[in-house]
Amino acid sequence: MTLQTSRREFLQGAATAGLVIGLSPSGAFAATPAQELSPNPFVTIGEDGTVTVILKHFEMGQGTSTGLTTLVAEELDADWDAVEIAFAPADASRYVNTAFGAQGTGGSTAIANSFVQYRQAGAAARDLLVRAAAAEWSVPAEEIIIENSVLKHASGKESGFGPMTGRAATLTVAEELKLKDPSEFKLIGRETLARKDNLAKTTGAADFAIDIRRPNMLTVVVARAPMFGGKPTSVNDEAALATRGVEAVRVLPEGVAVYATDTWSAMKGREALEVEWDLSAAETRSSAQILEDTRALLEQDGQTARKDGDGAAALAGAAKTVEADFLFPFLAHSPMEPLNCVIERTADGGVEIWDGCQFPSLAQPTVAAVMGVDPAQVKINTVWAGGSFGRRANPTSDYHAEAALALKMLEGSALEGRPVHLVWTREDDVRGGYYRPAYAHRVRAGVDADGHPVAWDQRQSGKSILIGTFFEEMLVQDGVDGTSVEGASTLPYAVPNLEVSIRNTETPIKVLWWRAVGHTHTAYSTEVIMDMLAEAANADPVEYRLSLLGDHPRHAGVLKLAAEKAGWNEPLPEGRGRGVAVHESFSSFVATVVEVSTNEDGAVKIERVVTAVDCGLAINPDVIKAQLEGGTGFGLGSVMRNQITLTDGEVDQTNFWDYEPLRLSDMPPVEVHIVPSAEAPTGVGEPGTPPAGPALANAIYAATGKRAFTLPMTESGIEFA
Amino acid sequence: MAFMLTVNGVAREMDVDADTPLLWALRDTLNLTGTKFGCGVAACGACTVHLDGVAVRSCQATVEDATGSEVTTIEGLSGPEAEAVQGAWRDLNVVQCGYCQSGQIMQAVSLLKENPSPTDAEIQEEMNGNLCRCATYSRVGAAVRDAADRLA
Ligand code: FES
Ligand code: FES
Repeated sequence: MTLQTSRREFLQGAATAGLVIGLSPSGAFAATPAQELSPNPFVTIGEDGTVTVILKHFEMGQGTSTGLTTLVAEELDADWDAVEIAFAPADASRYVNTAFGAQGTGGSTAIANSFVQYRQAGAAARDLLVRAAAAEWSVPAEEIIIENSVLKHASGKESGFGPMTGRAATLTVAEELKLKDPSEFKLIGRETLARKDNLAKTTGAADFAIDIRRPNMLTVVVARAPMFGGKPTSVNDEAALATRGVEAVRVLPEGVAVYATDTWSAMKGREALEVEWDLSAAETRSSAQILEDTRALLEQDGQTARKDGDGAAALAGAAKTVEADFLFPFLAHSPMEPLNCVIERTADGGVEIWDGCQFPSLAQPTVAAVMGVDPAQVKINTVWAGGSFGRRANPTSDYHAEAALALKMLEGSALEGRPVHLVWTREDDVRGGYYRPAYAHRVRAGVDADGHPVAWDQRQSGKSILIGTFFEEMLVQDGVDGTSVEGASTLPYAVPNLEVSIRNTETPIKVLWWRAVGHTHTAYSTEVIMDMLAEAANADPVEYRLSLLGDHPRHAGVLKLAAEKAGWNEPLPEGRGRGVAVHESFSSFVATVVEVSTNEDGAVKIERVVTAVDCGLAINPDVIKAQLEGGTGFGLGSVMRNQITLTDGEVDQTNFWDYEPLRLSDMPPVEVHIVPSAEAPTGVGEPGTPPAGPALANAIYAATGKRAFTLPMTESGIEFA
Repeated sequence: MAFMLTVNGVAREMDVDADTPLLWALRDTLNLTGTKFGCGVAACGACTVHLDGVAVRSCQATVEDATGSEVTTIEGLSGPEAEAVQGAWRDLNVVQCGYCQSGQIMQAVSLLKENPSPTDAEIQEEMNGNLCRCATYSRVGAAVRDAADRLA
C-alpha cells in the first residue's frame, strides 16, 4: 500500500500516468484514453484501476481509515485489498465534518457524518464506470454488475476499472444515486476486514509526524515554566549553545526553544539552559488544595443545567436517601507518540506542516496567524497520528502555534529557511497541562417506600473546557458548559425530581477534552449512585436500572445483552464480585459488566469484562470490538491508578513510571457484543470508556464492600493485585 | 566520536557523542524511524530493537554499547519468527494508532526466538514492559500465542 499524503502529489502522479497511457495497451483499448477519474473529492480511480479513498478524517487508531474506505468500497463493489487510502488536505470547503461545520475529527463523529456521503462517493464512481462500460460494450447499464473491481456483463464481457476511466471521466454523475439496500451489503457488517493500516504499522513503514525528515531540518525542544502560568524572564544560554549540535536558543512567550541538528542534542541543550521564570501569575496551589477548593464550592448555588420537578422537597420526603462526594483528578492524555509537528516555509511565501492533524480547521488559521500568512497558504500534510485521546484537537492548537513560533523566531538569522521539527518529550507531555479537568461531584438521591427514586440532586464543580475558547459563544449557555455536565444532565432514568448544577472554577492549569470528555466523570458518579439506590431499594442492580429505563429502549437493550452474556444471575465464588454500568455517549449506548476477584490481602484483580454496544448499523464489527476493548482498557487504567497531582504548583509526575498506563498484566479479557441494529451508525471511539470505571467500582463494592468515591481508586484505599 | 555499528546487516559509520542513545542514532543519524521514541527512560518499550537477536530498549543502550553487536530494527526484521509475528498481528487486526507496535513486534519476536512455545504467563511477563496507550493488549497477547502456534 502506498500512502499518498497530499492531493497535489496525487494530481501530479495522475498527470504522469496520463502521459504513459497513450503508449499502453489499455490506452489503445479504450475509445477515450484512460485517465484519472475523480468524480468527487472522496474517491479517485487511476488509469490502472487503483481506487483511492480520500479520508477527510485522520487516523489516530480509531479505525477511520478502514471505516470510510469500507463505505466507498461497498458501493463500488471494489476489491478490498486493492483499495488505497490518502489523507485529505486542509480544505474545509470539501472536507467539512458535517457534525461540526469545520474540518476535524472528534466526538466520535467520523462514521456518523460520513455514512451517506462516502457511500454516495462510491456510488457516483460506480455510476460513471458502469455507464462507460455500457457505452463501450453497447449493452444496457442495468445489465452490468461489478464484482471485486471487475465490471461484468452476461455476454462474457469483462473489464477492470482502469480501461473505463477515460470514458467515465467524460460523463456527468447522475443526480439521483441509488445506494445499496442494506440486504445487499457485502463489506459493511462483515465480521472481519483487514485494517487498512495493518501493513504499514507492522513493518515500521508508517510515517508519523515524528518520523518526518526534511532537508536541513532543525529539531526544537522547549523549556517550559515549572508552574502553569509562568513566563521566562531571563535566560543564560551559554552552556546550551556550547552543546554539540545546538544551533540556536530563542525565547518564546511561554518557554525557551533550543534548536539543534537532532533530537538528542536539542534535549541535552535544554538541560544546559538556565532560565529565570516569572511565576507571579502561576498556579501555586497543590492539587489537594485545588480539589478541596473545588469541593467547597459544592456548598454554593451553581448554574442549573437541568431541573425537573422540585428536588429539595422530594429529598426531604424520601423514605431513604443516599449521598456521596466524588473527587476526580486531573488526567493527562499521553498519546503514545509525543506531540510534535514539522513546519517549513514554502517558496511561494506560505508554510507547510506535517502533523497527525486532528483538526485542520483549527490548526490552519492558528499557524497562519502566527506566520502572518493567509490560511489558504498553510498546507497541511496529515500523517498517521500515534494516538490522541483528544489531545491533538485543541482550540488553541497549542503545539502547532508553538512550532510556528519556533519557525518564525529564526527569521532574519542565518538559520532562516530551515525547517523546524518541534518535539515534546514524554515529560513535557505529562507535565504540560491540557488535562482532563479535576472535578468534584456531590450527589444526593432518595427513594420512596417502594424503592422508586423520587429525587436526584447532582452538584458539580470544576474548570470548564470551553469557557475562554472561541467555542464559548456557541456552546456555553448561562454559564453552563455542556461538556461539564453531559451524561448527568442527560440522565436516562425515570426520576421525577432531578436537578443538575455546575460551578465553574478558575485555575491557570489548562484543561481539555479527554476521551469521552464530561462522560468520564458523570458516568462514574451517576452509575455508582444508581448502584447505591438499587441497594437502598433492595433491588438487583440490573433489574433496578431496567425498571427505570422504560423510555430508553437502547439503554435497556445493551444492559440486557451485557447482563445475559456475563451470566449476571449466576452465583459467584466467595471473594468475587460483579458490577454493572450503562451509559450513552456520543449517541452510542454501552453497558459493561466487570467481574473482579480479591486475594487474601484484599487486592483486587479484574477477571473479566463483558460489554454490549449499540452504535446503530455496525459498519466494521471488528473495529467496533477493538475500540470497545481499547476504550474499556483506557477507562479502567485511569480509574485504577492515574492522576496528575501538584505540589505547590509543580506537577509531581514525570513520565510513564509515575503516570503508569494500563499494562498487559492488568488487561482483563474483554468480550464485546454488538446489538444488531438498522439505525444510522454512530461512533465508537469514546463510548467504551465511560462505563468501564463505574462498572469496576460497583464490582469492587460487590466483592469487598468498599466504595471508591475518590479517584483514582488507589486514593480510596483500593489495592490491585 | 566515530563509531561503527552493524545495523540490519550493514556496517554504518557515524560521528556522535559516545553517550548518544542508540535510539537517536538510529532515528536521527541513520534515518531508521521505525523504532519509536515513547518515553526515553525505559518505561514503555516503543524503542525496542534487537542487539544480537535479543530485545533491548534502544533509549537506554548507548551507541558505544551497541558497537560490536548486530543491531536489528523493525526495518531489518526477517526470519520465521518475524513472519509468524507480523502475520498474526495482521490477521488479528492488532494495531490501532500503531505507534507502540514496532516495539511490541520486536519484543514478541525476541521472545519467540528464545522460547518458541511460551505459556500465557511467560507471554505476559515478557510483553509486560511494552505499553500500549490504545490498550491493544488482548490482541497483542492473542497474536503472540497465534504466532507461537504458527511456528509449532
Ligand atoms: S522510549 Fe525506550 S522504553 Fe520508552
Ligand atoms: S496501538 Fe496505539 S499505543 Fe499501541
